[in-house]
Amino acid sequence: MSDDHDDSPIAARVRELEAVLEEKGLLDPTELDQVLEAFAHKASPANGFRVVARAWVDDGFRARLLQDANAALPELGLSMGGGLQVQRLHVVENTEDVHNVIVCTLCSCYPLSLLGPSPTWYKSPAYRSRVVSHPREVLEQFGLTLPGTTKIEVWDANAESRYMVPPRRPEGTDGLGEAELAALVTRNGLIGTAAV
Amino acid sequence: MSERYRTGDRVRTSTVDPDHHTRLPHYARGHVGTVVGSDGVHPLADLSAQGVQVPQQVYLVRFSARDLFGHGDHNVTLSLWEEYLSDE
Repeated sequence: MSDDHDDSPIAARVRELEAVLEEKGLLDPTELDQVLEAFAHKASPANGFRVVARAWVDDGFRARLLQDANAALPELGLSMGGGLQVQRLHVVENTEDVHNVIVCTLCSCYPLSLLGPSPTWYKSPAYRSRVVSHPREVLEQFGLTLPGTTKIEVWDANAESRYMVPPRRPEGTDGLGEAELAALVTRNGLIGTAAV
Repeated sequence: MSERYRTGDRVRTSTVDPDHHTRLPHYARGHVGTVVGSDGVHPLADLSAQGVQVPQQVYLVRFSARDLFGHGDHNVTLSLWEEYLSDE
């Protein structure tokens, strides 16, 4: 997973740490590679797009997803167990009255298995500090202007859980199939910084 | 593990600024919020960072922006270990 960053100082530090852990017998050299390879193959925003499209066409799935996302994901062959530990996923749905947006103010916690690697701005101090205190202004900077009547709910993934935002289904998409609907969804939509 | 707080309870967050790792962000310290759900039982991050595993109840706690920042009409919801909370 670190192919693009082989020369960076952090990559060198990670390699040194890995070497020390292996030397002390705390880490099996093959274990980390296996986990990273499996994770890199599976982690993609296309997973999140599929989940949203299914929720748009299948009310039963949508209800199960909102109630217990970890239990519903296997219906699409997905899980939150791609990393070393299974993380709890909260799916917080946008409605006519409520718009959700996710952040990790303490670091950069993010549902990688469903959204792929996080964008740089998600990890920036500017986003992490501003979106909790001034979400409406931050969303406007993303080009998303919400009606004054729309309530904004900010979810800080500050501990063990992760979040995903199903956007509202766009109007005029009644005739579209699940794959076509999935193609409408964007990564920023799943974070809550875009309408879809 | 028994839960000390129930959905709807009002709770106050700690004002302690520890000299070790914690998952209670500065902006949410010393404020009153409402428990909106359980977020499972997890090792308290403050101690697991020191190699000690003490599982404890985590709650989803919602704060109004006006309470946190003195302005804004939105809410912010965090996951907070019981350790960080006291009765209002």
